[in-house]
Amino acid sequence: MRRIDAAGRGVWDFVVGDDWRTALGVVVGLGVTALVAQTTVAAWWVLPVVVGALLGRSLWRAAP
Amino acid sequence: MSGGEIGLVVSVFLACAVEAVEALTIVLAVGVTRSWSSALYGVGAATVALAVVVAGLGPALTSLPIDVLRLGVGGLLLVFGLQWLRKAILRAAGLKALHDEEAAFAGQVAAAQVAGGAGRGFDGYAFAISFKGVLLEGLEVAFIVLTFGANQHRVGLAGVAAAAAVGAVVAGGVAARAPLSRVPENTMKFAVGLMLTTFGTFWGAEGAGASWPGADSALLGLIAVYAAVSVILVAALRRRQDRVRAGEAPLAGVVEGA
Repeated sequence: MRRIDAAGRGVWDFVVGDDWRTALGVVVGLGVTALVAQTTVAAWWVLPVVVGALLGRSLWRAAP
Repeated sequence: MSGGEIGLVVSVFLACAVEAVEALTIVLAVGVTRSWSSALYGVGAATVALAVVVAGLGPALTSLPIDVLRLGVGGLLLVFGLQWLRKAILRAAGLKALHDEEAAFAGQVAAAQVAGGAGRGFDGYAFAISFKGVLLEGLEVAFIVLTFGANQHRVGLAGVAAAAAVGAVVAGGVAARAPLSRVPENTMKFAVGLMLTTFGTFWGAEGAGASWPGADSALLGLIAVYAAVSVILVAALRRRQDRVRAGEAPLAGVVEGA
């Protein structure tokens, strides 16, 4: 059981890293892009805007 | 060679070179202090494990429908890329300690000396530390090789770029007989973060159903925008740090960590 826990934690650390909000934001950004792509509005701009916002927020939280 | 393939080669080469420099420091430390043969067995075992991961997952990934692959790969690359970019920006702004290969080497040597149990024959400590170091540093590179390679159906080209980077770092290490402390690691990590974030955005949005204006040439626009945003963020964080030092905000310290 401990090994499964350790393996799960290792995978989480490897994929998500030390800021889970950024990983969640990427998933939300991809979801919003998919929703906008279903409409007549261009969807390519959504992800760069989300990425810029996520990076700025993450840095401001990390900086003392 | 197409723009995507050049991006693949540059990203994989830089990411692999940076991780190889860090793995080399660990292997050098246990090799010099404990046992070269056991350390090199550890390197060999980790290399085989990484090759098995790439060989096993590569064909599985390339058999996925292209939109599913791009959505999944884009998302993963974005998460990885933002982690690399965030740390590189914090280091460039002076808010995170730069990775110091000489200090890392000294730390590994000290740990190896006090570990005990070294004798003639196989040294389990040297093997384990060397294996773990190469495997952990190599795993992210293996994923970058897989995701970039699978998305363009060029896993072989990605593997060649990775092997070339490892070869260059090993040759540098053999020539220097010391940790490669002069390699501009943060600049390389900055570049890798930019590339991963750019390709992650491009493929992720395509996988989600978006169409890029200008098709593949949008990659150049994306990387330029992300580079500009990163430079602005570094400058803004430095200014903020200067204000903190000048006493306009609460006292702060440098964030520790690799």
